[in-house]
Amino acid sequence: MKKLIIALAASAALLGGFVTGAEAQEKTKVCFIYVGSRTDGGWTQAHEIGRQELQKALDAKIETPFLENVPEGPDAERAIERMARSGCALVFTTSFGFMDATIKVAQKFPDVKFEHATGFKAAPNVATYNSRFYEGRYIQGQIAAKMSKKGVAGYIASFPIPEVVMGINAFELGAKSVNPDFKLKVVWANTWFDPGKEADAAKALIDQGVDILTQHTDTTAPMQVAAERGILAFGQASDMIAAGPKTQLTAIVDTWGAYYIKRTQALLDGTWKSEQIWDGLKDGILTMAPYTNMPDDVKAMAEETEAKIKSGELHPFTGPINRQDGTPWLAAGEKPQDGVLLGMNFYVEGVDDKLPQ
Amino acid sequence: MRIELEKRARVSTLFSLLSPLLALVLTLVFGAIMFWLLGKSPLNALYVYFVEPLLEIWSLHELAIKAAPLILIAVGLSVCYRSNNWNIGAEGQFTIGAITGSILPVLYPEWHSPMILPLMLVMGMAGGALYAGIPALLKTRFNTNEILTSLMLVYIAGLFLDWLVRGPWRDPQGYNFPQTKSFQIEAVLPEILSSGRAHWAFVFAIAAAVALWFMMRFMLKGFEVSVLGQSERAGRFAGFSARRMVWFSMLLSGALAGLAGISEVSGSIGHVQPVISPGYGFTAIIVAFLGRLNPLGIIASGLVLALTYLGGEAAQLSIGISDKVSRVFQGLLLFFVLSCDTLIHYRIRLVFARTKPAEVTG
Amino acid sequence: MFEAILLTVITASTPLVIAALGELVAERAGVLNLGVEGMMIMGAVCAFAAAQLSGSPYIGILAGIVGGGLFSLLFGFLTLTLVANQVATGLALTILGLGLSGQLGEAFVGLPGIKLQPIVIPLLSDIPFFGRVLFSQDLIFYLSVALVVGINWFLFRSRRGLKIRAIGDNHASAHALGINVIGARYLAVMFGGACAGLAGAQLSLVYTPQWVENMSAGRGWIALALVVFASWRPWRVLAGGYLFGAVGIGQLHAQILAQNLGIVIPSQFLSALPYAATIVVLIIISHNRRTTLINTPASLGKPFVPDR
Repeated sequence: MKKLIIALAASAALLGGFVTGAEAQEKTKVCFIYVGSRTDGGWTQAHEIGRQELQKALDAKIETPFLENVPEGPDAERAIERMARSGCALVFTTSFGFMDATIKVAQKFPDVKFEHATGFKAAPNVATYNSRFYEGRYIQGQIAAKMSKKGVAGYIASFPIPEVVMGINAFELGAKSVNPDFKLKVVWANTWFDPGKEADAAKALIDQGVDILTQHTDTTAPMQVAAERGILAFGQASDMIAAGPKTQLTAIVDTWGAYYIKRTQALLDGTWKSEQIWDGLKDGILTMAPYTNMPDDVKAMAEETEAKIKSGELHPFTGPINRQDGTPWLAAGEKPQDGVLLGMNFYVEGVDDKLPQ
Repeated sequence: MRIELEKRARVSTLFSLLSPLLALVLTLVFGAIMFWLLGKSPLNALYVYFVEPLLEIWSLHELAIKAAPLILIAVGLSVCYRSNNWNIGAEGQFTIGAITGSILPVLYPEWHSPMILPLMLVMGMAGGALYAGIPALLKTRFNTNEILTSLMLVYIAGLFLDWLVRGPWRDPQGYNFPQTKSFQIEAVLPEILSSGRAHWAFVFAIAAAVALWFMMRFMLKGFEVSVLGQSERAGRFAGFSARRMVWFSMLLSGALAGLAGISEVSGSIGHVQPVISPGYGFTAIIVAFLGRLNPLGIIASGLVLALTYLGGEAAQLSIGISDKVSRVFQGLLLFFVLSCDTLIHYRIRLVFARTKPAEVTG
Repeated sequence: MFEAILLTVITASTPLVIAALGELVAERAGVLNLGVEGMMIMGAVCAFAAAQLSGSPYIGILAGIVGGGLFSLLFGFLTLTLVANQVATGLALTILGLGLSGQLGEAFVGLPGIKLQPIVIPLLSDIPFFGRVLFSQDLIFYLSVALVVGINWFLFRSRRGLKIRAIGDNHASAHALGINVIGARYLAVMFGGACAGLAGAQLSLVYTPQWVENMSAGRGWIALALVVFASWRPWRVLAGGYLFGAVGIGQLHAQILAQNLGIVIPSQFLSALPYAATIVVLIIISHNRRTTLINTPASLGKPFVPDR
C-alpha cells in the first residue's frame, strides 16, 4: 500500500503541480472558518451570507474559500493553520471556541491577519469583532412587555455564557422599562442546534404559561411551535419570518457583510490594523427585521428606541439597575464598562432563573 | 445474476495484502467519477484528497495528531470486542480521562514540577478506567447490557464536562467564558520533534498497539481473550473466568481511552473546554474493525481514516468540495475497504445460471 | 397542562419508538445495524423533499419509508451478500447518510415545512382526555402503535416471525431446516431501514416541520440503545421510548418549576436525567439473567454464509 501511495504521489504530484499551476491567479484570499453548517439557518448561515456579500462586493480582487463544520477542539488549530499555509491573507474565525487556536496559529504566521469573532484575546495580527446583540434584545423586551397579556415571556437559552446572560438581562431590562412587573422564564436547552429539543423547550414554556417566546438557539423550530400554538415570538440570527408569518414580531439579524467588506477593503488598502471592535445597531452589524404583527403604537415605540440606541441617546444598561437579589449594581445614570458586560455572569432583578455560580 | 461466496480453505495471505489495494483502486475510480460529475477535475481532486496531506511536514504532524487518539482508543476496543464485550462508550471514557487528568493543572496551576505530567497521564488513565468500570460493574453484578450503559454514560460525561468548565473550573480571568486556565508549561505534553505539532500521544498509541499485539499474539492473556470471545463455555473449560474478562477488557479499553483524552487536552488543546473531541470514541469503533481488530492493522486504519479527514479539509479549501461530499466519499471508502476484506476469507463468484445453489456440489 | 405535556411527550417519543422497533426486527433476525442515525436522517430528507415537491405530507411519509428502506439495502448488500463486518458497516452507513442527506437537502434548507395534520377519529376523540391525547393524532403516531402491536404479533404469533427468531438465534440450524436465511435477513434489514426512514419523516413532517442538516441530532443512537433496553421485546420498546421522552420533557418543566421555587439546579444535571434514568431502570429490570438471555438473539452480529 505504501509503495503504491508513493508511486501515486509522485505521478500525481506532477499532474497536480501542472493543474494548480495553470489555475494560479493574483486574487487575495480572504478565508472563513465556520463551526457549523453554512446552511444551519442561524449563526453560521449569517456569517456565510456576510461572506457572499463580501465576495460580491469585491469580486474582482478577492476569493473567499471557507471550511465548515469544524469542531472547536484540536481540529480548529489544524484547519486555521491550513488556511494560513494555503495563502489566505486574512482569516475570519467565526466562533468563540476558535479563540486559542487562532492566537496560536497567528503567532506562527505573523504576516497573515486574523479576525476572531466574539473573543477577548488579541495580538498585533489578531483583531476581534463582536456585535452588540443586547441592543436588539432590549428592543425585543420592550415589545414583549407591550404585547404580552400575561406579563410573562419565555426565553430558550443555549448555554450559560456571558453573551447569553447579557441577552437575557437586556431583554428583561427592556421589558421592565415598559412594565416593571414583567417576568421572564428561562429554559436551558444545553444545545445550540437540535430542532427537536428546541421545539420541546418552546412547548414546555408555553405550557407553563408564557405567551411570548424568544430564543438564543439556532433553528426556527421554536418559531414554528409559537406559530402553531398561536402566540408571538422573536427570531434569532436571521429573519425567521418565513417560519412564522403571523408570529414573528421582529428578529435580531446578524448582518456581518458590511463589516467583512470594511475590513477586507482595509486589508487591500494596506490600512488594516488589529482592533477590538464591538459594533452595534448604528454600525449595521446587526439589524432589526421589520416590525410585524403588532399595532402601530408598539411599532412606533420600537422604532423610537432603535433610533435612540443608534444615536447613542439610550444605552440599554443604564442605572439604576439592581442585581437579581436586589442589591444595587449600577447607580442612576451609570453605564457599565464593556469589559463588565462581556464577562457578565449574573442576572438583573426580575429574571426568575438562577445562575449556578 | 447472483453473487455467491465460497469459503476459502485457509485465509488468503495474498488477498489480505491485496484487498486494501483493491479497495483503494475502487475508491479512486468511484471518487474520480463522483468528482467529475460534480464538475471538478478528478485527478486534481484525488491528488488534493490523498496525496497533498502526505507531502508536507506540518501536515504529516497533523496526521499523527489526528490518528493518535483514534489508534489509542481503537486498540483498547479491539481487546474488548475480541473478548465479546461491547464497550461503545469510549467517547465518555475519553472525556472523563481528560477531566481527571486535568485535575492537577486546573486546581494547582502554580505547581511547577516535572512530576505533574506523569501524574496527569496516570490520573487520566485511572479516570477512564474507572468510568469504564461502571458498565463492567453493572454487567458483572446486575447483568446489565454494556452497550446501553456505556452509551448512556457518554452523554452523562459530556454534560458533566460542560458543567465543570462553565461552573467550578471556569477561568476567573477569562471573562466567564467556558474554559479553564491554560495549563502551565510543565503540564503540556511535549512535541516529539521540533518540526511540528505532533506530541507524545502518537508514541503512546504506537506503543500501546505494539504491546497489545504482543499480548494477543504471544501471551496467555491474549489466548484467554480469544477463547472467551469465541465461546464462553469453552473458556470456562479452560479455566478462564468470563467475569474477570469483563473487568480486564473494560478497564483496559477505558484506561487507553482516558489516556487519549488527557493526551489530547494536554498536548493539543492546552486547557479544558466544552468540546474536546470531534467524536473520537465513535470513530475509533470503525478504526478498530477496519483494522480487523488487529492492533497493528489498527495503526494502519487509524492513519487512513485520519488522512480522509485531512484530505476532506484540503479539498474543501482548495477546490471547493463541500464537507458533505467529503463525508460521502469517506463513507464510500469505508464501504470498499470493508467489502474487499471479504476476499480474504471467501472466493466471490458471479453466478449467471438459474440453477439452484443446492444443486451445485462443492 | 398535563394533557399538553403528554402531547409533547408523544411527539418526542414517537420517532424513538418507531426507529427502535425497526431495529428490533433486524436484530431479532440476527443483524446488528448501527446505521440507524444515517437511515433516519435519509428518511427525514427524503420525506421533506417529497412533501415539498408534491405538496402532500403523505407522499412525504412514503418517500421517507422508501428512502430509508433503499438506503438500508446498501448495508444489506455489504453485510449479507459480502459478509462485511456489521458494526463497522453500520457506522460507515451513518457517516454516509449524514453527508448524503446534507448534500441532497441543500436546496430545501429554510423552506417552510408542510406539517402532517392530525386525523381526528370520530366518536373516540370525544372521550374526555384520552380522546384528545390518543385519538386526535397524526398518521405516524397511529402507525407507531400499530407497529408495536403488529410486530409483537408477527414475532411471537406467526410462522414467519418464528422463522425470523430462529434465524436470529441460530442461523446455521435455521438454514439446515431449509429457511432462506439471507433472504429473510434482507427483508428484516429493509424493514429496519423503512422504520428508521418513517421515524425520520416524523422529524421533518411532525416534530419540527423543516429541513436542516443533522436534524436527527443523535436520536438514532438513542433508538439503538432502546432496543437493548427493551431486551428485544416490542412492548418494552414502547415503554422505554416513552420513559426516555417523558424524562426529557419533564426536565424542561423541572427547570421552570425550580425557577418558580427559587431552587438552583445546574441545567446540565437535569439534561443528564433521561440517560441516567434509562440506566437505572435497566438495572432494575435486568437482574434476572435467564429472561435476558432468552430474549437476546444468539447470532446477533455474526456473519452467515450458507454452505454449498
